[in-house]
Amino acid sequence: MRNPLRSEAESFRFLIAVIVGAVVIVGAAYLNTWLGVAAAILAVAGIVWWLKDEPVPGAGEAPPRLDSATPAGTHRVLVVAASGTSSVHVNASATEIVVVVPALASTVEALTGAVDDRRAEAERTAAVLAQQLTRDGVRVRAEVGADDPVLAVDDALRTFGADEIAVAGDEELAEQIRGRATVPVSVV
Amino acid sequence: MATYSHAEPADHAHEEHPPEPHFSSRVSPSVLGMFLFIGSEIMLFGAFFTAYFFVRVVAGTAWPTPPFHLPIFVAFVNTCILVTSSFTMHWALQSVKRGNVFGLRAGLLLTFLMGLTFLVTQGREYSRVGFAPKDGAFATIFYCLTGLHGAHVFVGLSILLFMTIRAFRGHFSPEHHHGVEIGGIYWHFVDVMWIVVYMTVYIL
Repeated sequence: MRNPLRSEAESFRFLIAVIVGAVVIVGAAYLNTWLGVAAAILAVAGIVWWLKDEPVPGAGEAPPRLDSATPAGTHRVLVVAASGTSSVHVNASATEIVVVVPALASTVEALTGAVDDRRAEAERTAAVLAQQLTRDGVRVRAEVGADDPVLAVDDALRTFGADEIAVAGDEELAEQIRGRATVPVSVV
Repeated sequence: MATYSHAEPADHAHEEHPPEPHFSSRVSPSVLGMFLFIGSEIMLFGAFFTAYFFVRVVAGTAWPTPPFHLPIFVAFVNTCILVTSSFTMHWALQSVKRGNVFGLRAGLLLTFLMGLTFLVTQGREYSRVGFAPKDGAFATIFYCLTGLHGAHVFVGLSILLFMTIRAFRGHFSPEHHHGVEIGGIYWHFVDVMWIVVYMTVYIL
């Protein structure tokens, strides 16, 4: 939905729409009270429809792809796994592994902030995977990500950087990440 | 092995420069801020409108309660003044975008003067309307709704005063006029709220 107060020009247009709506309501109410009520409902619905239907400026543009360079001599693999994943396989060339488990929550849970259980599940999964991926000479770190997997990858790339991304068993998510990252993305 | 539940600063990633600022949210901070502002204003005015509709619809209080009368015509003239001030505000911003300094200054000055006229006229009507907030539910709601809006106009006028002074000091240019843009958004918002208040309090 478009924000009617995003800019002065848009808020001015919103004001004009409200004035037109007000004139229609007053005119209809002058003829008949219930006609005024109907006009009010239609005017409010019309303005909401207009704000909802009008495209948000810049919304259609693809976000810039993230370049996530790491220091020379490092081959950092970013592993993205859903809660409950018990094992993943990571390329032997990795010198560092960052495991990110998004704390996926339902819309209601996200809106009410009741995400503690989801975060706890994600933390458990992250700890299990970190344990499983630990081997000599490889530094492993694990963390809970945002409630949107693509956003969680965004965060991890900006915070840690990566040379390769391994997605645990989700081809659709891997495809979405390919559109955001410049590094190779594979499904493991 | 190191296990973390939250993101920690990278130890040796991005060694040449700090990582780009980022936020784990689906809404950008500026949009979220505006939504929170609109939400808080809707709740604030909504509380007063709820009281208004309760008094009129549920309690069945006559509006206006006899023997009082509402100054509908003066309020209409005031509405026209406030709506016109939005047009001059828009003119001011369009002028600064085109490098028209006279348009910017004249637009802001006219907007300020019209806003001031609105507020002074409203104050004058308060002194002549013949009832006080203590005179029943009708009078209380009338003063609360129009007074709450008047407080918003006062804030808008304060912003406009600074904008006008800055315009006359040459602080704004076609490239840098964010101060006019933000003040303009607020002023139009105040106008929209007045139209709603005017329609419910004076017309309905």
